[in-house]
Amino acid sequence: MRRNIPLLGYVILCALTIVLAKADILDLYVQMILMFIGISIILATSLNLVNGYMGEFSVGHAGFMAVGAYITSVLNVMLFTNSSIFGPPLLSPSSAIIFFPLTLLAGGIGAALAGLLVAIPSFRTRGDYLAIITLAVNYIVKSSIENMQVIGGARGFSGMSSVINSMKEVVDLPWTLIWILIATGATVWILQRFVSSIYGKGIIALRDDEIAAEIMSVNTQRMKVVAFMLSSGLAGIAGGLFAHVLGYINPGTFTIMKSTEVLVMVYLGGMGSLSGSVLSAIGLTIALEAFRPLQVYKWVIVPLLLILLMLFRPEGLMGQRELTDVFPRLRRWLGLKPKLSE
Amino acid sequence: MAILEISELTHFFGGLRAVYDLNMTLEGGELMGLIGPNGAGKTTVFNLVSGFYRPSEGDVKFCGKSIAGLRPHQVTALGIARTFQNIRLWNSLSVFDNLCVSQHHQLGYGFLKSVLRTRSFHSSERKVRKTAEEIIDLLGIRHYALELPKNLPYGLQRRVEIGRALCLRPKLLMLDEPAAGMNPGEVDQLIKLIRWIRDEFKLTIWLIEHHMRVVMNVCDRMKVIEFGEEIAEGTPSEIQQNRRVIQAYLGEEEPVHAHGM
Repeated sequence: MRRNIPLLGYVILCALTIVLAKADILDLYVQMILMFIGISIILATSLNLVNGYMGEFSVGHAGFMAVGAYITSVLNVMLFTNSSIFGPPLLSPSSAIIFFPLTLLAGGIGAALAGLLVAIPSFRTRGDYLAIITLAVNYIVKSSIENMQVIGGARGFSGMSSVINSMKEVVDLPWTLIWILIATGATVWILQRFVSSIYGKGIIALRDDEIAAEIMSVNTQRMKVVAFMLSSGLAGIAGGLFAHVLGYINPGTFTIMKSTEVLVMVYLGGMGSLSGSVLSAIGLTIALEAFRPLQVYKWVIVPLLLILLMLFRPEGLMGQRELTDVFPRLRRWLGLKPKLSE
Repeated sequence: MAILEISELTHFFGGLRAVYDLNMTLEGGELMGLIGPNGAGKTTVFNLVSGFYRPSEGDVKFCGKSIAGLRPHQVTALGIARTFQNIRLWNSLSVFDNLCVSQHHQLGYGFLKSVLRTRSFHSSERKVRKTAEEIIDLLGIRHYALELPKNLPYGLQRRVEIGRALCLRPKLLMLDEPAAGMNPGEVDQLIKLIRWIRDEFKLTIWLIEHHMRVVMNVCDRMKVIEFGEEIAEGTPSEIQQNRRVIQAYLGEEEPVHAHGM
């Protein structure tokens, strides 16, 4: 049972957060920040899979986020609310509480399929050229949504708050917060297990030397598809949650600005370090909140941080190391196995 | 039985004829050499066999089955492993992980199982780790197992790269200039290592080499190519005497002399 210590710790932490939120000890503002932290963690760790572990340079993460956000929101609004676009709800609004995780997953699957738009070109090209393709995909998504008048086009799409409200009517709990906590935990859990398996290490081999990887029996095309779809799928789930935190989304939210924000988190934390991405997602989200009084100047300060980082610590806070490498004792406390049998 | 049969293999890079009408057969358990001056097309032949290039013409048969046109990881899965002229280890994975990842095709599980960690996941990871540890012990590199390859001396990196290829449990091992950049002491060790590997693992070895001491000491038979074409084949002592080979390596003899012939 020892190896479940990290999971157990996380569950206790989440339960505590929910109880405190329910008891209004954590006010709505703090809850909001916690939710943004969770979403940032999902975005940063999932982007790290592509940019850090696989060594490609994706600058279009917000595009996948948008796909997930719109699919989940449209499904929820269509199924559970009385909207001006889709008319009366197709299902009883109270059933949203059961179906919410499914629509979230649908958004993730949709975004993962959109990830193929990058995965397939990646068979033939890489590096700078692939980065331009990811940028293009970001704009394709944004512009497509802007031109779909059915879902609001450039004006945006709303109605998600009534979905959350109908969930609260059934059981009065902070549902968005709960789902964000679950999704954040699941994302880190999935990615950690994937990249620490020998199968997942295939993508690190691919980054170090793609030709050697292919010749040493790694099916590089399949690994690329898995990595891109997993990364974009998780971004899609983050998007779905993001839409339900705000209750309103428009295509302008999911531009390269948003992608850059996630990139900063990945590079701040260290490429190829999941714990680095988690730490920097927490730190940067809090910092951005703290800089809020500076208004637009925060977008002067954050890039400035990035310049300083690249000058003095280009590998990021953690480099390629995990917390367990920095503090080897953690391995024992967390009940992890030694790396090599004695 | 012939393990590898190459027939009428031809390859063009645009207008450049890199390999032309090459025929050769490797018998099981043989230690075969492929030599030739720089730019003769030796590495191209290896790249054609390992599936990195698709041959313009001709066929490659491995254990009686055509492998021309397969993707490299498919060729490898059939039992052909190789090393590279310039060492291509994965430098951010430990030596141990290098040896594990090279058994990717034998994992037998995919993304879902890597996350859910089912029983079959654990058993196949255990098997892969066991193979890697066996090879590590056989090559005597346990001490360096958790080091990153880039931190090791050159000779050891070569050894790790050969180990990584052996983890694939190949029937045919192709070594592309294994002695390149080695000092004389390392070359002696390498000669012993290559022979020992052939006997220990009972496999066929095909190597490209410039180092005459390695070729003459190790190979049973060798083929010499120049400008992508075969110019000689035979045992090391036959090749040493062959006039065309000497010409290819040392250039034409004096024009006056040549005229007299």
